[in-house]
Amino acid sequence: MRLILMFWADFRGGNHLGSAPFREVISMKILVPVKRVIDYNIKARVKSDGSGVELANVKMSMNPFDEISVEEALRLKEAGKAEEVIVVSIGPKEASETLRTGLAMGADRGILVLHDGESEPLTVAKILKEVVAAEAPGLVILGKQAIDDDCNQTGQMLAQMLGWGQGTFASKVDLGEGSVDVTREIDGGLETVKLNMPAVVTADLRLNEPRYASLPNIMKAKRKPIDEKTPADYGVDTALHLTTLKVEEPPKREAGIIVDSVEALVAALKDKGVI
Amino acid sequence: MTALVFAEHDNLELKDATLATVTAAAALGDVHILVAGSGCAAVADAAAKVMGVSKVLLVDDAAYAHPLAEELAAVTLSVAGNYDAILVPATTTGKNFMPRVAAALDVMQISEIVEVVDANTFKRPIYAGNAIATVESSDAVKVITVRTTAFDKADAEGGSATIENMAATPPSGISSYVGSELSSSDRPELTSAKIIISGGRGMGSGENFAIIEAVADKLGAAVGASRAAVDAGFVPNDYQVGQTGKIVAPELYIAVGISGAIQHLAGMKDSKVIVAINKDEEAPIFQVADYGLVADLFDAIPALEKAL
Repeated sequence: MRLILMFWADFRGGNHLGSAPFREVISMKILVPVKRVIDYNIKARVKSDGSGVELANVKMSMNPFDEISVEEALRLKEAGKAEEVIVVSIGPKEASETLRTGLAMGADRGILVLHDGESEPLTVAKILKEVVAAEAPGLVILGKQAIDDDCNQTGQMLAQMLGWGQGTFASKVDLGEGSVDVTREIDGGLETVKLNMPAVVTADLRLNEPRYASLPNIMKAKRKPIDEKTPADYGVDTALHLTTLKVEEPPKREAGIIVDSVEALVAALKDKGVI
Repeated sequence: MTALVFAEHDNLELKDATLATVTAAAALGDVHILVAGSGCAAVADAAAKVMGVSKVLLVDDAAYAHPLAEELAAVTLSVAGNYDAILVPATTTGKNFMPRVAAALDVMQISEIVEVVDANTFKRPIYAGNAIATVESSDAVKVITVRTTAFDKADAEGGSATIENMAATPPSGISSYVGSELSSSDRPELTSAKIIISGGRGMGSGENFAIIEAVADKLGAAVGASRAAVDAGFVPNDYQVGQTGKIVAPELYIAVGISGAIQHLAGMKDSKVIVAINKDEEAPIFQVADYGLVADLFDAIPALEKAL
């Protein structure tokens, strides 16, 4: 939390601090990183040369978990708990469209860090760390994972680099005074942790239902500022640590059979030795 | 080469996910296990008996009573310098803290591996399992999460590792545990069950899951659900099998009233035998099923229970 305390006290007059008039201004920014990925409704197709997944002429959208993050940040702003929501994307020129989606939902401004080609979570986290240093947000809310590389790393890495606490796979975010309670979806159910602010939160599916941008807001978003940067501006080396050698289709299951009754099913399963 | 496996446990028992992770680690070198917990001596004893493990590091301290990412990352980092690879099951605990370890070591984590090709090369699913990527790491230390359904479990008995106590790391002071709501059930856990029966949107309501539960009790099976059934509020989220829920691979998976959305298939298609019961013969679930039954589940499931 960026806390600006302003004191108007007459220090020359000595020890009058207790009675001096003062004003407290709380101005928290929330930073929301967003990623441009293949739309979640589209089945990824492996390229025939095994070099990757077909991206040409494929509908691209904001990573669904990131939409949830934008929504959560906007709700905190609307509840008067934050003053500004900044969306940031690391990607090609076209990632500005993803930022515009966030701006149309209601974010205030965008930062585009131009980078063509693959960007690894480690690199993304390093860039975000520098963005955090420049913007001093009280919260960074990210999607728990991107639905393209399924890495599930960036938020945790960023938290470590900043020395901040993390609340991953969040289904509830409860902002307190100088701390935030995050309820997390874990294997056996739910867990709640308390984090000192500033902190990193990563969004799971049930955190909220993201809004649709209205047409007037889409028009308005076109005029909201997007600042363009490069990884070099932040002094971050983008060399890959993990090289993709090959991408292939998963092994196919052999076609099964249709049984015509429960009895036939039970007999088949007994025959297989699984029941 | 020496690989460190971070043990998944509940302070009482060593979880099977750890055994599968030991198998993945053994493909890289000599295997040590780190047990971090509170009152977890029994877990360390169990870890020492796992076949192929030569040393168990035990850190037993109240700081690790609950698996806070900040603390688990710090304690793992305190011994990371001794290892060429650090592995953890890709459970919500492993996925939570291990990227912090990778970031601190300035290496790229290799997430949810399904195969060890060689010491630097691994296979991992991307796009919800619609593609498998072969990736090569140039990092000196490999930080890895393991999709445990893709590896056989190491034998839980037969090993005789030494147990070495290690010191706790100073508390981070930036996070604390508040509480948890864990589902309690007499049925087996989804991720370790031999048989799973799951219901989808076709179940119509939470009450209707009773007919699935009756079959589960006869088979000693775990009960799961599709995301559609969870989103409809029929059952809690921890029932969810799928890309965003649990990834399972039991001996037998019975999908009831589940259409077979990509996201569900991603969570169960590695099951040994798949049965689909659905009244819609066009449902995509039939394309991955070994045995399909086109029938109204409200007739078929009670009949199945009687036939068992």
